[in-house]
Amino acid sequence: MIVLDGVGMTYEAASGPVEAVRDVAFEVGDGEFVALVGPSGCGKSTLLRIVAGLRPATSGRVSVEGRAVTRPIPNVGMVFQAPVLLKWRAILDNVLLPAELSGLKAEHYRSRAEDLLRLVGLGDFAAKFPRELSGGMQQRASLCRALLLDPPLLLMDEPFGALDAMTRDEMNLELLRVWGEAGTGAGRKTVVFVTHSIPEAVFLADRVVVMTPRPGRIARVVPVGLPRPRTVATRATAEFGQLSLEIYEALTAAA
Amino acid sequence: MLPGVLRRYAPSAVLFAVVLVAWQLAGPVFQLREYLLPGPVAVVRAALNFSIPWHEHIWITTLEILGGFAVAGVAGVLLGVAIAWSPTLARALVPFLVFVNTLPKVAVAPLFLLWLGYGIVPNMLIAALIGFFPVVINTAVGLTQVDDELLDLGRVFGAPTWKVFLKIRLPNALPYVLSALKITATAAVVGAIVGEFVASQAGLGTVIVNAQTNLNTPVAFAALVWISVIGLLLYGAVGLVARWWAPWADTT
Repeated sequence: MIVLDGVGMTYEAASGPVEAVRDVAFEVGDGEFVALVGPSGCGKSTLLRIVAGLRPATSGRVSVEGRAVTRPIPNVGMVFQAPVLLKWRAILDNVLLPAELSGLKAEHYRSRAEDLLRLVGLGDFAAKFPRELSGGMQQRASLCRALLLDPPLLLMDEPFGALDAMTRDEMNLELLRVWGEAGTGAGRKTVVFVTHSIPEAVFLADRVVVMTPRPGRIARVVPVGLPRPRTVATRATAEFGQLSLEIYEALTAAA
Repeated sequence: MLPGVLRRYAPSAVLFAVVLVAWQLAGPVFQLREYLLPGPVAVVRAALNFSIPWHEHIWITTLEILGGFAVAGVAGVLLGVAIAWSPTLARALVPFLVFVNTLPKVAVAPLFLLWLGYGIVPNMLIAALIGFFPVVINTAVGLTQVDDELLDLGRVFGAPTWKVFLKIRLPNALPYVLSALKITATAAVVGAIVGEFVASQAGLGTVIVNAQTNLNTPVAFAALVWISVIGLLLYGAVGLVARWWAPWADTT
């Protein structure tokens, strides 16, 4: 469970203090998938880093699993807009990086890493190097890296923003599958997913948090009642369109 | 396969051949004396005339170049690491290193000889002094130009600084260091010859100085040929090592 309460963040830039985020309060339940949507520069990425403990909030409180976040929180999976794989390592060794950085024995995680790569269709690419993979495949590998230590919490910062539309839709389905959408809900990870794509947010999330331009505040929280598992056909339903419109209006009203 | 190779190398081979023929013909056509411009045939004859102890000179100069290259590489990487590691060290070292780098090495060479005497060591140090700076800069840049997200991963997984350094920063810097070493390879050749010009009893630079005094120009040209052979071999070797060790980077 993630709790944000009155979170604000102001940083010093060369031109003076910049208020990135103001008075943000929301909760993310265990196993819940929450999407943050907003115009670029609205502080949604900053908010994600605050939750991870990578940047300090300048006001308000953040807690994860009942513990106040004051420094980087342990056991969280992070996926960024760029795959940021180590160019000098084979894909399998890239996926094993979190184990090494945490001081765990990488060989204990080998078979799990191989399983994860198979799960996302990269089973035959374990020994390849990042430059031999397409952007979408690299991002799949980076998702495996985030999942290696089986973190209960996934923080994703526009992970599919750099991919073409077709690959992006494919990756959305893949993510939901990996997340365990088909199951009963037990064992699902808590996900906070930053995006600037409304359809992506609606397709993936249980709730969509709509943010205003800088300083980023919450304009609306839209619950997405679409049944799971969601499929390609979900995008064609009237409900999907209605929700997208609602979020679009909330975004434009806030701008 | 063959047409591709031809297309790639034919232009430079043709140019090379044209220059050689023009050079060979220039002597008789313009009635130039051999001490002014010896033709390529005379130069090759001198280069392969082993009554001149070429192997000794080549050995000495190669030692100076390799020694200077090694010292520049090791010192450059260490200084680069120090600069990237600590901002305080960076503030202390960088202005000093820039000052040292702007010194004209030709002018410093006599001082080295004064302090260290004749021999291989001062020439090695001059070679190192000319070649170390790009290694320092590229090492420091390669160590610091790391994606912020990778450093975030390091923090999320609680990796100690040394581990991030070893697993992320150092391999990230490798292609930068290797491409700096290509520059150092050519700079070390210049440094060794500069040292030999100032004062030396052996080496290809010494051969040039002596040949000049005797107006034995073919021998001076021959020494030049040997120097460029050493330089090209070292440059090529560094290039090969770079391609094998850091195949993910395009160092050209």
